[in-house]
Amino acid sequence: MSLLEIENITLRFGGLVAVDNVSLTVNEGEVFALVGPNGAGKSTIFNLISRFYDPAEGRIRFDGNDLLARTADQVPSFGIARTFQNIELFEQATVLQNLLVGRHRHRKTGMLSNIIFSPKAYSEELRHRAAVEEVIEFLNLQPYRDKYIGGLPYGVRKVVELGRALASEPKLLLLDEPASGLSVEETQDMAFWIEDIQTQMGVSVMMVEHDMGLVSAVSNRVMALSDGKELATGTAAEVQSHPAVIEAYLGTSEISKTGTSRT
Amino acid sequence: MDFLQLIISGLANGCVYGLIALGFVLIYKATEAVNFAQGDFMMLGAFVCIGFTNHEYMGLDFWVAVPLSILVMGVFGYLFNWGILRHMFGQSQTSIVILTIAMGFIIRFFAGFFWSHEPTSLETPFAGQDIRSGGLVLGIDEVMIVVVTAILTLLFYLFFSRSRIGLAMQAASQNQLAAYYMGIPVKRIHSLVWGLSGMVAAVAGILFASKGAIDPSTGLLGIKAFAAAAIGGFGSLPGALLGGLIIGLVEPLASRYGPPGVSQIAPYAILLLILIFRPGGIFSQTQRKKV
Amino acid sequence: MRFVFKTSYDADIQLFKHRAQAVWYGLLLLLVLATPLYFAAIGDAYLLGEITGVLILAIAGMGLMLLTGHTGLPSLGHATFMALGCYLNINFLGAGVPWLIAFPLSGLIAGALGTMIALPVLRLHGVYLALATLAMSMLTSDFVVMAEPWTGGIAGAAVPDINIFGVEVNRYSTPYKFYYLVLFVAILLVWFYRNLLRTPTGRSFTAVRDSEISARAMGINLTRTKAMSFFLSATAAGLAGALFGHSAGYVTNETFDLVMSITLLLMIVIGGLGFIHGAFFGAIVVGIIPVAIANGRSFLATTFDVNINVPGLESALFAFILICFILFEPMGLYGRWLKIRTYFELFPFYRKDMFKRQKSYLKTDRVQ
Ligand SMILES: Nc1ncnc2c1ncn2[C@@H]1O[C@H](COP(=O)(O)OP(=O)(O)OP(=O)(O)O)[C@@H](O)[C@H]1O
Ligand SMILES: [Mg+2]
Repeated sequence: MSLLEIENITLRFGGLVAVDNVSLTVNEGEVFALVGPNGAGKSTIFNLISRFYDPAEGRIRFDGNDLLARTADQVPSFGIARTFQNIELFEQATVLQNLLVGRHRHRKTGMLSNIIFSPKAYSEELRHRAAVEEVIEFLNLQPYRDKYIGGLPYGVRKVVELGRALASEPKLLLLDEPASGLSVEETQDMAFWIEDIQTQMGVSVMMVEHDMGLVSAVSNRVMALSDGKELATGTAAEVQSHPAVIEAYLGTSEISKTGTSRT
Repeated sequence: MDFLQLIISGLANGCVYGLIALGFVLIYKATEAVNFAQGDFMMLGAFVCIGFTNHEYMGLDFWVAVPLSILVMGVFGYLFNWGILRHMFGQSQTSIVILTIAMGFIIRFFAGFFWSHEPTSLETPFAGQDIRSGGLVLGIDEVMIVVVTAILTLLFYLFFSRSRIGLAMQAASQNQLAAYYMGIPVKRIHSLVWGLSGMVAAVAGILFASKGAIDPSTGLLGIKAFAAAAIGGFGSLPGALLGGLIIGLVEPLASRYGPPGVSQIAPYAILLLILIFRPGGIFSQTQRKKV
Repeated sequence: MRFVFKTSYDADIQLFKHRAQAVWYGLLLLLVLATPLYFAAIGDAYLLGEITGVLILAIAGMGLMLLTGHTGLPSLGHATFMALGCYLNINFLGAGVPWLIAFPLSGLIAGALGTMIALPVLRLHGVYLALATLAMSMLTSDFVVMAEPWTGGIAGAAVPDINIFGVEVNRYSTPYKFYYLVLFVAILLVWFYRNLLRTPTGRSFTAVRDSEISARAMGINLTRTKAMSFFLSATAAGLAGALFGHSAGYVTNETFDLVMSITLLLMIVIGGLGFIHGAFFGAIVVGIIPVAIANGRSFLATTFDVNINVPGLESALFAFILICFILFEPMGLYGRWLKIRTYFELFPFYRKDMFKRQKSYLKTDRVQ
């Protein structure tokens, strides 16, 4: 069953067509990867789903809801969580507090009961902490639990961002380059986590990634984009051997980087 | 005739507001910093020139003092960025806002300390002279202000569209990161922009002080210039000048035809109303952050 | 170093991290409760009045701290909300409303009015809010004059005494009662503030401060959150204004001017942006500086026969201290205190970069 359906979506920035008539579906329980050279429009598709941008044409449906009728801050309430290419964490807060913000969509108390810390607010808080503690456990974040983001190494921040998205208990997780800038070991951890998220938590994942090793390792289906247009969709192997994809990467250094460095 | 004089003096005031706003927008566009001390820069520029020119101070020739004070203020702006603001890279906008406000207090204090708290005028060669034509009497000072502002606008236009530094500044203002990667020394450009806006402030101050008396608290005039910048939408140099002219005209007209007290609050009310109803300014264009 | 062993999530939720912390704050509470005894013993309550004034400033400071320190929105017009609270309180009391109702109501209405004015601007970048509140500040005095029937205009208005179930409270005739009253309000607000920070609402404030983009992606409605923060902030300022009125006894159109707004802002930066403590530390500094300057002046005058009497010295000195803080100690006095404490707790293992914040080369708030 398809969870996310994007139909013929187009977005222009002035004269530049960043996303050109792209259609795709993400099925329940699958890992769907978007690949393509820099500037292909991958992040822009994420931003369209997040409703940061309004498409010129097309439709986006999630779980039977029309996302285009919603604003950016309503999107998470359907169960969509995301990370950012350039890590957008709450720098002056601790890891724990960051993850707790991920729980925002589940809050049930309002400002007033928060201010007086009503029993309801207290029991809700306990529930949030319990949920967050599970994420901390899952991602091995205990050592950083009470550390401020500002002082954390890059790799840990990436994990925290993943954790914050997971804390919201999403149905669909959007990961924008989860492995960029990570070491080989860290990338491996990331691959395991993505697999676990898919198989154990039953969360669908849509990710943008340049590391074809990671893409082939974890994804069920892959779509290649270039200049905002779809080139090919299929398994990782099919997409990699597709002539249009090879041509798009030709001349860029991308092909060597994205070669099968890992099996 | 009376009405025309009113308009001219309003325009002259407006030019000063416009120039302050220009310096403010220049910095905002290029560096994203908001200089709440721009009005105080203007006041300081005026006092520096008074210090060079007036008899009780150094008594230099007016035409020597003017370029000298513009230069001094340029260096001051450059050093302010180089010595202080540059070290605040990565801190929030709020800190910069607060820092420049604090700077305003310090400038006001030193102006009062070195020169005086009494309203002082600049001794210009053309003080008190008039141009008469028909029944119309125009102060040379007022005409000068309008002419100088027009010339300055032209110079700015040429600077930004022709000169290498000007083009680099434009590039840096449009996309700092890209400019940085292209080898444009963004930090130095920032300092230059501050220097430039210090110079503009000096011109505004000199014009202001040659028309009337100035005292350290005149720097608060900067808030009216914010209204001017708001009319122009904060990002537009011509918009800032135009906004200045509008504010300059509204004041005397409101005091002539409006109920008492209105002219005093008009610039602030305009600022507030524009922010509330048309925050993009009159030439509104909205942009978004890329993620 | 004290290790906090967490036995349950409770440890994160409680007001105090561990026993010792609770003990320290308990002692502090005892100290502030006992302070009047000392002044009663020496029979001179002048200084107690000053301390009460510092507490009132701290209340206003907490309001601004919530907005600027925790939500990242600068306001240059909080004195305006103080004015609103003050004049509303005067008018309610004048109309015979009991203080216990008039006082909170003044704060709430001030908060609501402030939010209504700020709402359109809250959709925009913080700098716009700074400008709008600045304009508001400049207009305050004129509006007070225009609303003369309610405010007394330039001539000013006398502030009625507080009456709580027949107990009269006045700054001069019953300074001790007034102190306890203000202290109670301050502690109550601190408690509210702490509760806010440990629950979703407060976290959404800090989220908006640190990254608007992420906040939205986590389901936080920016405008609503900012409006909420603004409301609470302006309410606290309104309450502080009402108390300020009681403390001053008489207010005019020039009482709540731009300088007061800016002082509040400088205060929280010096105290430490983003910490409740910062509001109090800042208020203490603001309370001390004028005294210190006056003392320094008379010292110079008597010992060296030097007379420094330059207007604006106070503000300039204040501004100078502030710039030093922004440049060298962006976390303010409270940040410095944290560092010193950590230094001793970890001795000799303290590292200099422990509190170092990573600086991004271009932290741009601008859309591009
Ligand atoms: N806010 C924006 N305004 C203008 N142009 C934009 C904006 N966001 C993206 N673009 C442009 O749209 C195109 C697609 O950008 P996008 O960020 O989606 O690329 P990408 O596929 O994610 O590339 P990368 O692998 O480098 O992240 C690029 O040419 C980019 O410059
Ligand atoms: Mg991208």
